[in-house]
Amino acid sequence: MAERPEDLNLPNAVITRIIKEALPDGVNISKEARSAISRAASVFVLYATSCANNFAVKGKRKTLNAGDVLSAMEEMEFQRFVAPLKESLEVYRREQKGKKEARKDKDKKADSEEQDKNREEDNDDDDERMEEEEQNDEEEVDN
Amino acid sequence: AARLSGGENRLVSLPLSRIRVIMKSSPEGSSINQDALFLTAKATELFVQYLASYSYKHGRGKEKNALTYSDLSHTAEECETFQFLADILPKKILASKYLKMLEKEKQDGELGECDEEDDEEEDDDEAVDEAVGS
Repeated sequence: MAERPEDLNLPNAVITRIIKEALPDGVNISKEARSAISRAASVFVLYATSCANNFAVKGKRKTLNAGDVLSAMEEMEFQRFVAPLKESLEVYRREQKGKKEARKDKDKKADSEEQDKNREEDNDDDDERMEEEEQNDEEEVDN
Repeated sequence: AARLSGGENRLVSLPLSRIRVIMKSSPEGSSINQDALFLTAKATELFVQYLASYSYKHGRGKEKNALTYSDLSHTAEECETFQFLADILPKKILASKYLKMLEKEKQDGELGECDEEDDEEEDDDEAVDEAVGS
């Protein structure tokens, strides 16, 4: 999959909004600062991925899981993130479960056992299925 | 709070698909499970907030009502937690100042960690990005 340079950046509007939420009202953010933070965020993702990967390798796994990411945060000295992340993860898992069940009900109504291809959460390679609320701009659909 | 405020009802604002692209560009080539992807996206948001608020609080800029590039680069240099950003957030100084610093370092007999003796940037007094030590 070819990566265009802009694909490694995060959307400006979202970054700006997140920054504004963190600062007192009325504080301006220079364009240069915004762009620098955006780059920093991308670097953060790479650093976190690399770090999480070390934990996965230690655990002899080829797939990064939640625990690896949390361990990475501690390793990177962002322990302060761990508690809020765990909280968010609980909410996220509940949402995902709710979606799965909604799909299962729908499938049952369609009356076909073969359609129940839903995987469990613990499945290693969930790359193929992106459960996002916003539109998917995935270029690869491995399904 | 697990939910983001500011009119957003979503759990996470950053698009997971984009986060995934960045993660996949990493050389390790591992797969990423859905929970890990979500956590990375969420962690990145927390990181952006932390970097912004820390830099604003500790910024030495003259502007009290603005967050500037120099606040960020100052943070990368001074705060150990953010030092991994030092290379991408270099301080900006005038080329002439940098050259003077190199001269001084040579005289003092101590070279900084970056043994950069490139004198190619002999421009006029224009601001350049130089990774000045780290």
